[in-house]
Amino acid sequence: MSVLAQQILLGLLIGGLYGLAAAGLSLVFGVMKVLDVAHGELIMLGGYAAFFAVAVLGLDPFGSLALVIPASLLFGAVLYLGLFAFVVRADEETRVKNSLLIGFGLALAFHALAVRLWTADERSIVTPYGGSVFMVGDLAIPLVRLLSLILAFLLIGGLHLLLARWRWGKAIRATAEDWQAALLTGIDVRRAYLLAFALGTALAGAAGTLVSIAYSVSPAIGLEWTLKALIVVVLAGLGSMLGTFVGGLVLGVAEAASAAAFGGAYREIVGLVIFVLVLVARPKGLFGR
Amino acid sequence: MMARAIEARGERRWALGILLALVALAFLPLAAPRDDVLNFVFLIMLSITLAQSWNIVAGYAGQVNLGHAAFFGLGALLARALWIKGVPIVLAMVAGAVLATAFALVIGAPAFRLRGAYFAIGTLALGEILRTTVNNVLPEISTLPAATIAGYRLTHRYYLALALAGASVVAVAALAGSRAGLGMQAIREDEEAAEASGVGALRLKLTALALSTALAGFAGGLFAYYHISYYPSHPFGPHWTFDALLMTFIGGVGTLQGPVLGAVLYVVLKEYLAVRWVDFHLLIFGALFIAIVLLLPGGLVQAQHAIIRTLQRRRPR
Repeated sequence: MSVLAQQILLGLLIGGLYGLAAAGLSLVFGVMKVLDVAHGELIMLGGYAAFFAVAVLGLDPFGSLALVIPASLLFGAVLYLGLFAFVVRADEETRVKNSLLIGFGLALAFHALAVRLWTADERSIVTPYGGSVFMVGDLAIPLVRLLSLILAFLLIGGLHLLLARWRWGKAIRATAEDWQAALLTGIDVRRAYLLAFALGTALAGAAGTLVSIAYSVSPAIGLEWTLKALIVVVLAGLGSMLGTFVGGLVLGVAEAASAAAFGGAYREIVGLVIFVLVLVARPKGLFGR
Repeated sequence: MMARAIEARGERRWALGILLALVALAFLPLAAPRDDVLNFVFLIMLSITLAQSWNIVAGYAGQVNLGHAAFFGLGALLARALWIKGVPIVLAMVAGAVLATAFALVIGAPAFRLRGAYFAIGTLALGEILRTTVNNVLPEISTLPAATIAGYRLTHRYYLALALAGASVVAVAALAGSRAGLGMQAIREDEEAAEASGVGALRLKLTALALSTALAGFAGGLFAYYHISYYPSHPFGPHWTFDALLMTFIGGVGTLQGPVLGAVLYVVLKEYLAVRWVDFHLLIFGALFIAIVLLLPGGLVQAQHAIIRTLQRRRPR
């Protein structure tokens, strides 16, 4: 029993990162109707940025977020201005399809670049409090993973507040709801897109940082994280960042439960199966609210 | 209509030219009996088949199938198993193709409830489900028995690859001008409008998927026949889909000659770059692919048409 409880607990801990990984994708898709399948590669790049911030600059692992988040914001803005700004000019169906293709090309290029620059090896940030584990009853809780979960929650909460309170946050939500109406009320839709994409990339960078602290990063993790993020977005729907966080937790627990039931090798499948089933059951309502 | 007729004539000319080139390549084992040369041409032929098979469902019918590797993998899986048990390779490949097509028909109807990008990510997930499952069920590497390795003849694989590449070109040429092919292209352009003018969209999409996956299954069988040892989950890997997609888009999606040109360029550049930098080709092709999607959605074929038009305009009349 305690083994199962332990696995569920670990599932919850990684689930927070699934939620954070999905938040950026959800924001970008919800606002821009751009499906960026390179999101997992952005997470991977964020992970490497954090890794080098710690290894070269000697920053505190979690403190590296203070560097990675602004850098990712900037990187996202550059990606938007250089590529996705051309995609959002098209009508919605072409937009989704072209963004998928462009994201796919980006994913390949980033992956190849990462292998070229940093080799295909797995890396992980070693924290001073690395292996610390504390016990609650029978359950062992790894400290860094717990901190990652808490940080993921704080970041998503912060984004939620940003979208709810900030002037431009409201503009982003208005654009997501109906960009033409938003345009008519005087909102600079292009700038809302730019902000949404930059914020989405910053979230990916933050997720990557936490992934490389609590787990590990390698050039090949992109596709896996893109799929996790897509699964969570399908589970949680669009429009609520806190809902996305909960969706991440649900996926983490579902994986842990299926690993306990069918063996660890099948933990990857449960999310994909849920994804396909939900997709087929609600082909149109999928990303609706 | 006029433009369509001219295009069809151009397609027939391309099909003829490609088939002639393949016939000429049939003499290569006699002219240059070198394993490295034959292996290289083999890879191009396998790539042409794979790209052309993807082109049918994605290029002509407009359904971006990102789970294509699943069908390649299924073909490889069954063909390999039967062949090692002693079934003649051609029969084993047919069985593999039948399995791939049967699976396609089972998942086809629910999968085609999804439109556009949703079909793409749905099939991507499906391919990953299959890959993970095969990896779990068959984790051991598959190696040919020693007796088979001793009797390995590269030329057999080579001729089979030539025949398969030829068949894929003939299949697309026959499809392109046919009623069914035109219906598929109508679906690609506007599914609602196609349905409104009497095109049975689901039936045609299923036909395209069946034809596409049958060819992919054959290509998988060829892969299983060619490689001495590999992990059974390897042919299910998403990179097979991505390769097919890159080659098709770079050459010209939805054209007869595009995937062939794309496959040749892709394999040549990949092998050339691999000498110095492993996997570096993906950086170049990733960037090239983005440029094509944004600037030149018709790929090399569109570039060629544009050049010809410019030259004709310059010519004094």
